[in-house]
Amino acid sequence: MEKLTSTNNFNSLCDIITTSQEKPPTIVISAGTCGQASGANDLIRVAKREILSKKLSEKICLRITGCHGFCEMEPSVLIEPSRIFYPKVTPEDMAKVVESVKTGDVLEELLFVDSETGTRYEKQDDIPFFKKQVRTILAKNEKIDPIRIYNYIENGGYRSLVDTLEQGEPSRVITEIKDSGLRGRGGAGFPTGIKWDLLANQKNGSGKYLVCNADEGDPGAYMDRSVLEGNPHSIIEGMLIGAYATGATQGVIYVRKEYPLAIKHFIIALRQARELGFLGTNILDTGFSFDIDIVKGAGAFVCGEETALIHSIEGKMGEPRQRPPFPIQKGIQGKPTAINNVETWANIPVIIGDGAKKFKKVGVRNNAGTKIFSLVGKVKYTGLVEVPMGISIKEIVYDIGGGPSGKKNIKAVQTGGPSGGCIPTELFDTPISYDSLAKVGSIMGSGGMIVMDESTCMVDVAKYFTNFLKDESCGKCFTCRKGNQRLFEILDDFTHGRGEKEQLDLLEGLAHVIKDTTMCGLGQTAPNPVLSTLRYFRDEYKTHIDKKQCPAGVCKDLIHYRINDNCKGCGLCIKACPQNAISGKKKEKHVIDEDNCIKCGACISVCKFDAVSVT
Amino acid sequence: MITLTINGLQVSVEEGTTLLEAARFLGFPIPTLCYMEGLSPYGACRLCVVEIGDGPQAKLVSSCTYPAEEGLQVRTASSRVIKARKMILELLLASCPQSKTIQDLAAKYEVRQQRFKQEYEDCILCGLCVRMCEEQMMAKAIGFRSRGENRSIGTPFDIKSDVCRLCGGCMYVCPACQLRCTYTEPEKAICGGCANLSPPCVEKEQFDDMMCYMDPCVACEIEKKEK
Repeated sequence: MEKLTSTNNFNSLCDIITTSQEKPPTIVISAGTCGQASGANDLIRVAKREILSKKLSEKICLRITGCHGFCEMEPSVLIEPSRIFYPKVTPEDMAKVVESVKTGDVLEELLFVDSETGTRYEKQDDIPFFKKQVRTILAKNEKIDPIRIYNYIENGGYRSLVDTLEQGEPSRVITEIKDSGLRGRGGAGFPTGIKWDLLANQKNGSGKYLVCNADEGDPGAYMDRSVLEGNPHSIIEGMLIGAYATGATQGVIYVRKEYPLAIKHFIIALRQARELGFLGTNILDTGFSFDIDIVKGAGAFVCGEETALIHSIEGKMGEPRQRPPFPIQKGIQGKPTAINNVETWANIPVIIGDGAKKFKKVGVRNNAGTKIFSLVGKVKYTGLVEVPMGISIKEIVYDIGGGPSGKKNIKAVQTGGPSGGCIPTELFDTPISYDSLAKVGSIMGSGGMIVMDESTCMVDVAKYFTNFLKDESCGKCFTCRKGNQRLFEILDDFTHGRGEKEQLDLLEGLAHVIKDTTMCGLGQTAPNPVLSTLRYFRDEYKTHIDKKQCPAGVCKDLIHYRINDNCKGCGLCIKACPQNAISGKKKEKHVIDEDNCIKCGACISVCKFDAVSVT
Repeated sequence: MITLTINGLQVSVEEGTTLLEAARFLGFPIPTLCYMEGLSPYGACRLCVVEIGDGPQAKLVSSCTYPAEEGLQVRTASSRVIKARKMILELLLASCPQSKTIQDLAAKYEVRQQRFKQEYEDCILCGLCVRMCEEQMMAKAIGFRSRGENRSIGTPFDIKSDVCRLCGGCMYVCPACQLRCTYTEPEKAICGGCANLSPPCVEKEQFDDMMCYMDPCVACEIEKKEK
């Protein structure tokens, strides 16, 4: 690729790439980590084989992209421009799909069917999962092959950067970002425009840093991964615009090591961006210089915290430090540093390209734009959903997610990952916004949304997240390290039937002290799972302590497996039981020996008559 | 000079002064465990927390690390602070009850019981030994390893250190080791005896013949009598 040496060069390149010719139909296969894990690579192989062997290269295009978001239906195939969507395609059916694109037919039997209504949907945009979404960021993942920079440019990429450079007014960029009302998508929701303003006002001296926080440590959250894998250039463009606006001289992207595909795509994207001349010294002959380094994490959740992240980049232990001084004043190597989340960076080219006014039209007051959530758990359609701020939880869980995945009713939703809280169904009318979620005792966080039904034990949930945070605490603050250990100890007692009444008050008191006295965000939000479940599900705790029962049927020491009258005496469970705990004669009701039963659930899974009750 | 208000009293201090230094200058008592004059502040024990700010934005910060700010409102003994201190002392007693320093602090703040499972650890990870070794003895022989439950202090990869000069400074500053016992009546002794001497990394045999650096201790008196 020849290096671009001026903005005119870029315009000429755009003219060459974006042809006005009508493009032939394109098969789009989503091959992010989720897609590849479900078998997208086989589909790609079959597609390539069919297109080459049947000499269809001129007639059909193949585009391999990152994640589109409908992860429950992976591996999926999308046909452009007809927008026909085929879910869960098998390699055998893939050949038929290629053929159907050639003839222009629709394969009715492979289309998406809503299991509740029985409706068959042809076009992706009609499917209820997609209908209520506003896919500002995710829609780009459908159009762009992440390892082809020309593809990105063809779809309007780098146009915002070039326009910014041509205008030549860094302060105007900051004003635009401020007007848009964009708030940090990493969880705290700090206004990005104000952060950039503060950085711009720092003395330049020996340089300024811009960091992309791609650590994404929350269990169950993978929104940033989809943007990193599917559209890495949007981050690079965002950071370039930010650097130009604030006077930053060096960029760093801190990616967690557990995202190898994201790292691979980012390395390729950086190389291509440097080749074309978007990164380096004297970019497009404007005097502006900027480059981005990749720093990999090493498996520590605490390194998502900004001061711990800075220490990690510097090569020290990932331990947070007291603020003030804030990273804006003293960051990496003591220089002014602004850290933003992946999704925040991805929104920057959109705001500069479409304008702050258009961006503000989506969302609600003080919460402009969209947010990507990872909708997972006991909901029918799991995946990544991009919704406008202000949409209610109910709409996300029922209209987009399709409601409960099993026979049981939905009980609560956990937002914000381990630092967040649980919101019960009674509050599902709550609109999604930084402030309204905080009011009900949770946080937006980075966008994890875990749906829980009546078979989820809330005490167990609190224990799970406390265990995670106890392991991930850096250990410096005594209250965080020992406090979380003790919280876990008490919750462990509750789930094993050793709970006592006084421990409930102790749990709550300890949780409040941990929240008050710790230094960093991890410790300050660590008691949230405990505090929010105590607030809304105190009865469940009481049942565990007073009656030594687990209403959801989860805590193994508190539940009993019993065979009920549905038993036909077929003997399948006797064979399945690894403990030989079931006995009974043929055609007679079997019996489980509770002393030997380990509640593994093998008998439940083999029984055809629903004869095993869990109480 | 920076002017701030502590417990309603105005005080002017030089830039760079911490809230702890300013409060102690005025005579307000603030308990500390991991703070020592001459070593850089670390903020690990959280005992020195004070309340700053007003209204719903009020929060607790460790006074040993927080720099004085113009116009700051500080309260060193509000109910939120006292509640926190008592819980922290309960946690300390639950982990390291044999330390007289911790016992004294607990007695002072009227914490007489702890409601957690009793543990007997000999390190509270306050980091005084690390900072002593690095900043005063310039040896840097020991440091923190790992995180969370597995956090510990020791030499790199637990290999015998060739920069450690056996000065004993780490033991001297350790609050878990401090047993300046002043009881002369053996029946009233509450300390754990010199069983508490467990320096983080140095091989113990070398210290067997060394004299206990503390003042004559009741445990030694008892031992002498029995001999």
